[in-house]
Amino acid sequence: MLGLVGAFSGVAPVQQSYLLQARQMQALSFAVHIPLVCFGIAFPALVLFVEWRYLRTGEEVYRTLARRWTKVLVTLFAAGVVTGTILSFEMGLLWPNFTSTFGSVFGLGFAIEGFSFFLEAIFIGIYVYGWDRLSPRAHFLAGLPIAVAGVLGSIMVISVNGWMNHPRGFRLVDGKVTDVDPWRALFGNSYFWHELVHMYLAGYIVTGFLVAGAYAVGKLRGRWGRYERIALAVPLTAAAVASPVQVLVGDWAARDVAHNQPIKLAALEGLGTTTRGAPIHLLGWYTDGHVRYGIEIPKLLSFLAFHSTDATVTGLNAFPADDLPPVNVVRIAFQLMVGIGTLLALLSLAFLLVRWRRGSLPAARWFYPALVLAGPASVVALIAGWVTTEVGRQPWVVYRVMRTDEAVTRASGIPVSYGVLALAYAILVGAVAWTLRRLAVKPLPAPEG
Amino acid sequence: MLETIVLLFALAGLVLYTVLGGADFGAGLWQLLSGPGPHGRAIRDHAHHAMAPVWEANHVWLIFVLTVAWTAFPVVVGSLASTLTVPISVAALGIIFRGLAYALQSATDVPHERRVIDTTFAVSSILTPYMLGAAVGAIASRRVPIGNAAGDLVTSWVNPTSILTGCLAVAVGAFLAAVYLAADAARLGDVNLEHAFRLRALVTGVLTGALAVAGLAVMHSDARHIYRGLTSGYGLAAVIVSAVAGLGTLALVWRSRFQLARVSAAMAVAAIIAGWAAAQRPTVLPGLTLHEAAASRETLIAVIVAVLAGGIILAPSLGLLFRLLLTGGFDRPSERAAAPADHRPRYAAAAGGYARLALACALAGFVLLSVVENGTAHLFGVITLLTAAALAFRAVGPADLPDDPASRGTVR
Repeated sequence: MLGLVGAFSGVAPVQQSYLLQARQMQALSFAVHIPLVCFGIAFPALVLFVEWRYLRTGEEVYRTLARRWTKVLVTLFAAGVVTGTILSFEMGLLWPNFTSTFGSVFGLGFAIEGFSFFLEAIFIGIYVYGWDRLSPRAHFLAGLPIAVAGVLGSIMVISVNGWMNHPRGFRLVDGKVTDVDPWRALFGNSYFWHELVHMYLAGYIVTGFLVAGAYAVGKLRGRWGRYERIALAVPLTAAAVASPVQVLVGDWAARDVAHNQPIKLAALEGLGTTTRGAPIHLLGWYTDGHVRYGIEIPKLLSFLAFHSTDATVTGLNAFPADDLPPVNVVRIAFQLMVGIGTLLALLSLAFLLVRWRRGSLPAARWFYPALVLAGPASVVALIAGWVTTEVGRQPWVVYRVMRTDEAVTRASGIPVSYGVLALAYAILVGAVAWTLRRLAVKPLPAPEG
Repeated sequence: MLETIVLLFALAGLVLYTVLGGADFGAGLWQLLSGPGPHGRAIRDHAHHAMAPVWEANHVWLIFVLTVAWTAFPVVVGSLASTLTVPISVAALGIIFRGLAYALQSATDVPHERRVIDTTFAVSSILTPYMLGAAVGAIASRRVPIGNAAGDLVTSWVNPTSILTGCLAVAVGAFLAAVYLAADAARLGDVNLEHAFRLRALVTGVLTGALAVAGLAVMHSDARHIYRGLTSGYGLAAVIVSAVAGLGTLALVWRSRFQLARVSAAMAVAAIIAGWAAAQRPTVLPGLTLHEAAASRETLIAVIVAVLAGGIILAPSLGLLFRLLLTGGFDRPSERAAAPADHRPRYAAAAGGYARLALACALAGFVLLSVVENGTAHLFGVITLLTAAALAFRAVGPADLPDDPASRGTVR
């Protein structure tokens, strides 16, 4: 690039008074998009499972369910298409220095993601408009690429995020990247693997609990036919088998963070000083290098992070104050995620146990209100998890390579676009909710035969 | 050399986005101008039914262009996005509301609700192509310098060339949409709609041609280098091809040969974009040649490999989608095949076995992932745990519920 990139090189902070607003705008865009990604990962598989049951048994109830879910699927996919497009626009609009400096390193991930998005869009068109036009088998087969593409797309996006947390596959000389190896950057970073598995399971947990929660509301209102029970049991089972596994995968992710991003670990545990045999604090508030009002569990952090109760854990004091993320934001988000995740795993185990031992859906009265809450709670945990990893990476956009204030645009008017986007997304969320409600109250077709 | 190949990919993507996505936008314009009463309703419905199955696939061409561009020409994208932040943001807003309108379509048939949705859709269908066209005009008239928001945030896209290219983008979409929708109406045998869109295609065809000619005059004064590029060499050849294909399309539409008109209309539009690219050579932004703008060799090769590999999968898939669309596969329900034979669920009896296997896998996975400290063990741990989850799902058999005593035998 012959020095022309000098105009862009990420060596100096950009004069931008609204950096925080730019970050919030990006965070808002993610928070709206990511629950939709969960549906992109998990929902096609659930719809196809139900359709497969129809192919196997010929029972109309499965076909009805799959068709009605397809309408939900296409609504959420449309919302995902636009919110995903906005994210790709924002890469340039908000962070032009990030894109122009590192586009050649991470861009390939998005290019491949674009292809899987393409595949998804093509087959969603065929699947949705092909219900009465294709043979049942051909229709089922047309759905498979949707499920595959949903997973492939999230793999690619997560590979980019993993790279931002654990950058490699390039060298930076005078603000210019050289020796670029995009494949190694995307798939050779250690964060990619745990982030992928963690997010994939989160997709099933969020989708499963939200969909099951909708039918739990129906049960509380007295709608409890065979259709509703199947519609509740399928997503609930998917979420229930994923939730306990998620606890172990989360633990694996945290150990990786402990090795590769000690600042983030110290921030999410609120560990002010480097400590041998470090404790964990539940709840509380981090101030002046200590967690106050928390419940201390001695030596647990050392044990969880390094499998030894006497291991030394690096504290925040080991790093320059300029390099620290906002500790309480990260820490509270982390505790929220872990707390909700644990409760969901317990709820799941209770459900699996009842289902296995008694062979029926739980009869306990508390179970269905809990299920109604589990859906929104899982979304909160999802977003809290992303806050943990993304805010925990601050002040870096590319960990220890480029700071967020070096990446941001110089253009004015961020507060305006932030306000407009917030309004547009409020309308979007409201309209999607309204659409889903409309679809839900449409009466079921009369049973045939 | 490599960068030229990647640029050709991006331009091909841009042509396809204009030819396919542009028609999508045009359909939105025709919804806005459909007029009242049942005839207007018929026009709106026709435009919607023709586009609904393919809009997502058409839209993705934009994502394709964007991702290829920022991977292969990152400095260009950084400069464009920061200087042209206003038009790009407005285009993004339009994209939000267009997608929203598609999402809402399935929810309601109530007229006043439909009116709100249709209007939102139509307005954003004009705004988005105008802004994207204006951004192209900004590049063509050299108003985007290299650097983070180095150009003027307003005059870069509010200038004679940008206004012209913005209007041209809207007109091209309307023209393409009218031709395609006339062809669809002819296939469906709806004479009224066919006449309606034939007339629209003729009017917008003449209008688009007039705009293109006016464009040359505007560029003569506002963007002389592009004017020179378009009146000599490859640029001139592209302009001639576009003019011939455009006139040919009008003749074909006049004689109601819509299937051929589809192809020649698309060709006319593709030639405009090719002409722009030819006239713009050799710089992308002022003082920045294509070669200087390009990413490193490894990245360019990776992009080419990814595009070719993706193309092998995508081409037949797209072929299938458009074959279903253009041959009327989505028009009317076929005879529904008989429901498959009744198989009784078989795995209820084996559930206990699956459950025990799931528990065993969960335990093994826990040891491998959470106790052992070794990357390979972690990999197998994850696989074992996911297997445990799948087995547990099978053991629970969520679709094979025993009848609830409270509602036995009813399907509600």
